[in-house]
Amino acid sequence: MASPVQERKAPWLDPDAAPYIRIEGISKKFGDFVAVADVTLNIYRGEIFCLLGGSGCGKTTLLRMLAGFEQPTAGKIFIDGVDMSNVPPYERPVNMMFQSYALFPHMTVEQNVAFGLKQEGLPKAEIATRVAEMLSIVKLEQFSKRKPHQLSGGQRQRVALARALVKRPKVLLLDEPLAALDKKLREHTQFELVNIQERLGVTFIVVTHDQEEAMTLASRIGVMNQGRIVQVGTPHDIYEFPNTRFVAEFIGNVNMFEGVILEDEPDHVLIECRELGGNIYVGHGVSTAPEAIVWTAVRPEKMVLSRTEPEDPNNRATGVIKEIAYMGDLSVYLVQLDSGKIVRVTQPNIYRHAEDQLTWDERVWVSWHHTANVVVTE
Amino acid sequence: MAPTNPGYVSLGERLVLWMDQLWTNVQGSGPYRWSAGMLRRVGLRGHRLVIAVPWLWLVLFFLIPFIIVLKISFAETRWLGTPPYGPLFDWVETQLHIRLNLANYLFLIRDALYVKAFLSSIKVAAVSTVICLLIGYPMAYAIARADLRWRNLLLLLVILPFWTSFLLRVYAWMGLLGSNGPINQLLMALGLIDEPLRMLNTDFAMYIGIVYSYLPFMILPLYSNLEKHDITLLEAAVDLGCKPFKAFLSITLPLSKPGIIAGSMLVFIPAVGEFVIPRLLGGTDSLMIGRVLWDEFFLNRNWPVASAVAIVLLIVLVIPIGIFQHYQMKEAEGEERQ
Repeated sequence: MASPVQERKAPWLDPDAAPYIRIEGISKKFGDFVAVADVTLNIYRGEIFCLLGGSGCGKTTLLRMLAGFEQPTAGKIFIDGVDMSNVPPYERPVNMMFQSYALFPHMTVEQNVAFGLKQEGLPKAEIATRVAEMLSIVKLEQFSKRKPHQLSGGQRQRVALARALVKRPKVLLLDEPLAALDKKLREHTQFELVNIQERLGVTFIVVTHDQEEAMTLASRIGVMNQGRIVQVGTPHDIYEFPNTRFVAEFIGNVNMFEGVILEDEPDHVLIECRELGGNIYVGHGVSTAPEAIVWTAVRPEKMVLSRTEPEDPNNRATGVIKEIAYMGDLSVYLVQLDSGKIVRVTQPNIYRHAEDQLTWDERVWVSWHHTANVVVTE
Repeated sequence: MAPTNPGYVSLGERLVLWMDQLWTNVQGSGPYRWSAGMLRRVGLRGHRLVIAVPWLWLVLFFLIPFIIVLKISFAETRWLGTPPYGPLFDWVETQLHIRLNLANYLFLIRDALYVKAFLSSIKVAAVSTVICLLIGYPMAYAIARADLRWRNLLLLLVILPFWTSFLLRVYAWMGLLGSNGPINQLLMALGLIDEPLRMLNTDFAMYIGIVYSYLPFMILPLYSNLEKHDITLLEAAVDLGCKPFKAFLSITLPLSKPGIIAGSMLVFIPAVGEFVIPRLLGGTDSLMIGRVLWDEFFLNRNWPVASAVAIVLLIVLVIPIGIFQHYQMKEAEGEERQ
């Protein structure tokens, strides 16, 4: 079963699509501390929605309010059209996968997975079938009689997933699902999670601080900062068109240039940038007051290093290569511009033996195409 | 005080320096080298030497007295039941004869008093343990879930009674429960009763005394178990559709089993052999093995029978201790693997 997201047009672009989860003006205060501030969010059926942010940004509190462990100070949550305000956590059509997995240590894998179904009072035979089915999905059939402490980290993670999914929840909440796994296993599990999600068609809401994890898992990402959602979009949108400095700097690496707007036309903007020692031409319009201070974000991989002078008089500067880090697939160059600013440039290593390579202390031109940059505000 | 002053050496530092110097002197001295060499020659060094100290203690103050008591229990009671007794081992010509006189043990079985005393002691200890558990569990749970600021204070309150003598506290209960005690006076003043209730020297008073005295031994192991519980397990249970109280029954209760067993053993074992509380608070008819033991030693002066009672009591108690150890080992293994 392919997820509905792939079958038709993305639901968030379809004005007629009804959101599956509606978060309306949710706030949560702990004493004077505002953990979540007036968050409004629509999540559609079959999505993997990632709440991304640093620690203390309120993402976990938001997730816990969805699960019903915390009561919002203001606002409402609707799941499949039903107001969750007075629904206790044990009656909500959501299940959670905890960061620590929270497996019951005194129960076997099988008993852990069956626990939720037993609470529903299902007949024994049905419980057994559904547990067996779920264990085969997460490939743990042969471990069904083991206790959690006899499993590896990756296996425990899959038990936690199976235990939450076997209830066939409308929404699965995942709190840092991959944080406890090592790097190799994490990459593998990411794809497995997406596969299982597509197979079962359950809506996932994932909380993570790891932008790479969010990028690979998510259909859409909601970036959070200080209790607020600062940007919602597909991983592509978030990476290529960050709307604020915070988002641009939080996700991936970025070179940020401060400047003053010279020309502000509907189809382009010209920015005077002292750090660059020249002007920046941006191929899209920005609506700010003239002479306002703005920031231009350029991703390192979109910059080009060359010995010859680029044709475009804008979006370029000269500098000296200070550091080179060879990463295998690409190399990272730190170039000190004549203004003193250090920019980060990555270049793919296309050839195995590139003759006449750029080297330390060499003077080079740094440039980028006028579609590669984006203007962000504070 | 100026801690930055280079000439200033604090008392603690001075003490450490002095100890250090002392230790260096001791290590260099002849007697130290000689005894260390001797210990090394018999295979005692490092952690073995450390473990040898409690071993020595147990051998000296438990094993040897136990063997003496065991020997007395096999002695004959022909004349007076006090020492000296005939030897246990005998060399007749070239053969070793062991004189095991089992009459004392047979006497224990034949005389209904001893069996009854054993059974009633076990009953009293078991009932007290259950009452301690019923009172102690909620208390331990509440302390473990209390705010961190309050937890130490609450624990202190649990331990506080130990700061006064055990005997004094039992005497205090005699005053409280007596016919002219404050409880009776209060009840009469309220008009609930016309004449004082007889509480002192009853089983009721004895149970109060035992439960009161041993409650901390139930609370402390339960607390140390419950305090370690991961609250997210309860959240997970609730998330999976379990109501809070049922989550307690199916998660917290089974996970606190080691604490329940430890607490129950710590109450049950001393309660079986309890002598002072039944004597002071219990009635004349409350039959406890500890009292029988006392009477046998000091009234009847029949040491061999008393020793036999002590040995049987030990065997009765070794079984629950064995179970306790078994569970502790299992728990330790589980923790190791986690």
